[in-house]
Amino acid sequence: MVSALKDSAGAESERPVPRRPSPARGLGDRIFRVQLTASGVIVLAIMAAVGLFLLLRAGQALRTRGIWDFLTTAQWQPDVHRFGIAAVLTGTLLIAAVAVTISVPLALGTALFISDIAPRPLRRTLVSMVDLMAAVPSVVYGLWGLFFLQQHVIGVSRWLSDWFGWIPFLHVDGTQPGEPLASQSVYTASTFVAGIVVALMVAPIQCSVMREVFAQAPAGEREGAYALGATRWGMIRAVVLPYGMGGIIGGTMLGLGRALGETIAVYLIISPVFTIQPHILQTGSNSVSSLIALHYGDASTFGMSALMAAGLALFLLTLAVNFTASSIVARSRSGAQSEA
Amino acid sequence: MTVVDLEKGVPQEAPEDASADTADTAVAAAAALPDVPRRIGGVTRSGVLSVFGAAASGLCVTVLLFGELAPFSGALGFFITAYLSFLGIYAVLTGLEEDGQAVRDRVMTVVLWTAGGLMFTALTMVVGFTAWRGREALPHANFFTQDMQAAGPLDPLTHGGIAHAMLGTLIMIAIALAITVPLGLACAVYLNQIPGRFSRFVRTIVEAMTALPSIVAGLMVYAVWILNLGMQKSGLAAGFAISVMMLPIVIRAADVVLRLVPGTLTEASEALGAPRWRTVWHVVLPTARSGLATAVILGTARGIGETSPVLLTAGFTAALNGDPTSGPMVSLPLAVFNFVKSPEPTMIARGFGAAAVLMALVLVLFVIARVIGGRGPGHQNKRQARRAVRASRRDTTRFAELHTPGLELFETGDRDNSGESNEPRGAGNGAPSPDAPAADNGEQSPADNAPAPADGESAPQGPLAPDDETVTGGAGGNEDLATGDSH
Repeated sequence: MVSALKDSAGAESERPVPRRPSPARGLGDRIFRVQLTASGVIVLAIMAAVGLFLLLRAGQALRTRGIWDFLTTAQWQPDVHRFGIAAVLTGTLLIAAVAVTISVPLALGTALFISDIAPRPLRRTLVSMVDLMAAVPSVVYGLWGLFFLQQHVIGVSRWLSDWFGWIPFLHVDGTQPGEPLASQSVYTASTFVAGIVVALMVAPIQCSVMREVFAQAPAGEREGAYALGATRWGMIRAVVLPYGMGGIIGGTMLGLGRALGETIAVYLIISPVFTIQPHILQTGSNSVSSLIALHYGDASTFGMSALMAAGLALFLLTLAVNFTASSIVARSRSGAQSEA
Repeated sequence: MTVVDLEKGVPQEAPEDASADTADTAVAAAAALPDVPRRIGGVTRSGVLSVFGAAASGLCVTVLLFGELAPFSGALGFFITAYLSFLGIYAVLTGLEEDGQAVRDRVMTVVLWTAGGLMFTALTMVVGFTAWRGREALPHANFFTQDMQAAGPLDPLTHGGIAHAMLGTLIMIAIALAITVPLGLACAVYLNQIPGRFSRFVRTIVEAMTALPSIVAGLMVYAVWILNLGMQKSGLAAGFAISVMMLPIVIRAADVVLRLVPGTLTEASEALGAPRWRTVWHVVLPTARSGLATAVILGTARGIGETSPVLLTAGFTAALNGDPTSGPMVSLPLAVFNFVKSPEPTMIARGFGAAAVLMALVLVLFVIARVIGGRGPGHQNKRQARRAVRASRRDTTRFAELHTPGLELFETGDRDNSGESNEPRGAGNGAPSPDAPAADNGEQSPADNAPAPADGESAPQGPLAPDDETVTGGAGGNEDLATGDSH
């Protein structure tokens, strides 16, 4: 190093002057910086354009209808200016709620299984399988739900509505408990079936977020728990779960964000209705994204604007959920501290 | 990561027999207890027996319930009831010989096994069902070579195919990759290399966008490209929509990988005087190469499978269309979606065939991603390790060559005239070429010579980052590097 400094500083100055580190030196670095910053700005512009253009396009419909009416109307007849997202938004939230209710225990259990229970040689394979499951196209899940799951779920739906029909949202109109001849069709194409399929889609994402956090639980604390005589489950409860709480909440909300936006699987399964349908076991449901997929083809200019408004509402909803999720994950103790 | 290694070795106080005697003091109690370590995991005979016993009796109870006592129905209901009774019976059986903590542990272990089993069963069922239903359409060769132009909904499977959808998928994903890869990787490098308030803001936005509903991405391109600019629906628009959806995913994954590049490597490069862009190009990107490839491929797998952005922007056609700029174009998921909306069994069979092809495509991409990626930055596979060893051997010999003539010159310099003749050159030469000081600088000690060839001014000839490290450690230095990174 000394010789290099001598070379660069010249023979005049005897004392070696350290090179001053600066963020950009030389033409190459300046071009490099400008290019990188430009790419960041472009990406940001694209992301901002999503919200901006939806807002621009939705303006016409929202001005005509007013935001409050738009949020509280359950019909969708944009050509006579009677439309709103009360029904579809309720459907979206119900499907997401069913999905999260089913997927979180499944994902949490699988994540703990992979991080602590599964035989060590299997773990890498299992992690790959979960990642693969997250990459399976949604239309494949939709096919499976439509052609395979639906007929098997009817029994469960009937059992639930027979025994728990007194709980309001599990009630199914037009059936009597214990009536053997009740039509099966009242149980098909329901929020419940769509929720199960969406649950299977989001569970791998939740699982991989949770597993990553669990794997970072400090080995010293795990061993400490064991040394104090804890069983494995005791160790998990005392060390892994509290440590991974941020990951559990964040993963859950990331899954929720995906569940809210899911289109094709839901579209394939549900039969759309435009009333608020609080009975999750009963046929007929709707969601914002499948509303868009259903009506974009035959929409007039004004109808398209209304659909854009619905898309904007969905966009803002998922954005809020995701922001919350990522801030929770970032604030948890298990942030990415990779720099040693 | 050492937990399990220690699990069996750490002797633990087992309070199982604590009920035997309550001694006066804790010390006496501890002394009186047998020092039996608690078993964590592992298989015992009684454990296995109680699992199978509980399974058998749970099954019997459920058969009894379903057949005789209660009006339950449905295969899934049967399994749920059987499982719950199995759990209850297993808890009771374990409780016969263990304390409460151990019972909870055993039951929860079974529950977690079940959760894992359910998850992987579901995956197998989703994939397997698609492949199984696809068996009707897949054996026909025309399924892969024809489009649906000449085939009506009632035609048998020997007419028509999904060539148009396969071509469309390839074109759309190529467009999306051409946009996503340069922009996404540059943005990920930006987030890592130029920290500041703005890049933090960009990162926050990108992270929030990773779960952007895909139909919103489609709507946005529809609004901009088709409504505002007046273009028609085309493969290009669909490619744009897929890019908008893929971009945050790729940036996020690449950002995580780049963050894992050891700071010591970049600092070493900076310390050698390399400008930032050389550090990024020669050290950061090669180190994270496999992870970046994985990020791109996983993003591709997601992009290929998305239906809704394509649904809004590509239109639908039954004909083969190789031109992304004009005319509607179909991708595989969109074709699946349209096939299964038809009530005809042959169309549904075609839908499942296309879905199986799509699954196979995703699977292949995924396996490629696992093969080239899957390990953290700095971790090498065998071939890379061999290459690094070879490179470091080359460097070692190069260094030896650099040192040896210098030493000879130094030793013989006093006797010969060569040392005197070199002295003014060495002092006056402002920027020597990398080989010059080693060959000629007789007056300098070998210790001064060593860093000169590795100087930043003389631009490393594009070696991988690990090579720089292994120079000091010699041929065996790779293991040190790998273990050093894993901490």
